[in-house]
Amino acid sequence: MSRALSSFGRSTLGWLLPALLLAGWEGASRAGLIPANVLPAPSAVGEAFWKLLLSGELIENIRISTLRALSGFAVGGLIGFSLGLANGLSSLSRELTDTTLQMIRNIPHLALIPLVILWFGIDEEAKLFLVALGVFFPIYVNTLLGIQGVDPQLVEMGRIYGMSRRQLFLRVILPGALPSIFVGLRYALGIMWLTLIVAETISASSGLGYMAMQAREFLLIDVVVLSILIYALLGKLADALARFLERLSLQWHPAYQTV
Amino acid sequence: MTAATVTARRAFTDTSFVAPGEQAEEEQLTLAFSFRNVTKQFKDKRVLQGIDLDVQEGQFVAIIGKSGCGKSTLLRLLAGLDRPTSGAIVYGAEAKEQKRTRIMFQEPRLLPWARVIANVEVGLTGIEKGEVARRNSQEILAEVGLADRGGEWPSVLSGGQRQRVALARALVGHPSILALDEPLGALDALTRIEMQQLLERIWIAKKFTAVLVTHDVTEAVALADRVVVIDSGRISLDLTIPVERPRRHASPELAFYERQILDRLYNR
Repeated sequence: MSRALSSFGRSTLGWLLPALLLAGWEGASRAGLIPANVLPAPSAVGEAFWKLLLSGELIENIRISTLRALSGFAVGGLIGFSLGLANGLSSLSRELTDTTLQMIRNIPHLALIPLVILWFGIDEEAKLFLVALGVFFPIYVNTLLGIQGVDPQLVEMGRIYGMSRRQLFLRVILPGALPSIFVGLRYALGIMWLTLIVAETISASSGLGYMAMQAREFLLIDVVVLSILIYALLGKLADALARFLERLSLQWHPAYQTV
Repeated sequence: MTAATVTARRAFTDTSFVAPGEQAEEEQLTLAFSFRNVTKQFKDKRVLQGIDLDVQEGQFVAIIGKSGCGKSTLLRLLAGLDRPTSGAIVYGAEAKEQKRTRIMFQEPRLLPWARVIANVEVGLTGIEKGEVARRNSQEILAEVGLADRGGEWPSVLSGGQRQRVALARALVGHPSILALDEPLGALDALTRIEMQQLLERIWIAKKFTAVLVTHDVTEAVALADRVVVIDSGRISLDLTIPVERPRRHASPELAFYERQILDRLYNR
């Protein structure tokens, strides 16, 4: 009982600071310490949230942004994962592609925005491309690292016991690489939102980033703050999801054993 | 057989310290495996230079030597993990199939992401599956004294328990030859003695051929029917230990053989 209570306490502990911050902010706004045209009170942001929610505009923009984020993530993540696997398992593939990939990796992908706009205009492809590119590298690097880090003694053990290549991959190599792949996944989720927001702010006609930019044009500062808060929440949500998956598939890891 | 071996054997017969009623080694004369003038070379270093060794089925052979003498290489050759540079290794009828030879290492090499029972089932890869595999794995786990630990992760087991799981995994497929590469080397002294007794008990029950590489002379003498000493890539002593089982640790008989082996190891 006390353990359940303390675990509940632990999980709420992380929310204590944001809650205090919010309360302080509201208080300071009400007291007139923060002018409303610099930073509106949380209650004003809440009001904007409610209005946009009722008009359906907010949901629609979140839907569009999430869709973009996830499709870019799926494309970039899948390519990164496959290349990471290929290069981790085959030295030929690694020698062929790794140098090139490492060179591309060192270009900040957001530096490609002008080029991407020239190529794709401000259509969906531009955002998809940027998100996919941003997500690709953390997934690729960490998948490769994970596979290279698998204990060779375990691989030898698998061979001795007559595992086929498929069994060896599914039972030894992939589970061994999984902790590292998850690190890449969480990293990639962060980059996914970052890229999308930047891309939407610069060139879009819908989505959360667009909503924030448009609000700026009309000086709707509460909407701007609202979009920023929604980014934070979405990011947290994605991270929580990744953590959940991590916990589920890494039960064997001493770091995840609660008993 | 090298000249050294022959003299060593003769020296042994002269000492007439043969325990009465020891006839097990005469009973089974089927060959488990045989090394015929085997050499192994890594780059320009010759690790094994002409090993001739016949081991009968069901025998418990200990291979002793200083580190770097090539004893682990010999075991890896036996388990088929490496190929000899020249010479041949001939397996008896029982061990013809490669999967009938199993090797156990100093590290347990368990899959940390598989439960204990699933780790044991790895030993049945390509032999049995599903319900049957689970049942047999459960049985062998009980034999190594871990009947109720099947559902746990390897990370919660102690070093000795992990090594027992590794033993269960090696034995579940009923190998005819079990190669042991210092499997008790990383355990503390008391767990070690416990594991030696377990190993002996299981070896007697399952009647496999055991080849134990170790640097612990006491362990070799306590467990083996025969001790082979390897010195710089050659067999320098091949000694039968005709002491009845169960053997008592630190008995004067065992000490006698132990001294002979140590003398040979240090050329005294």
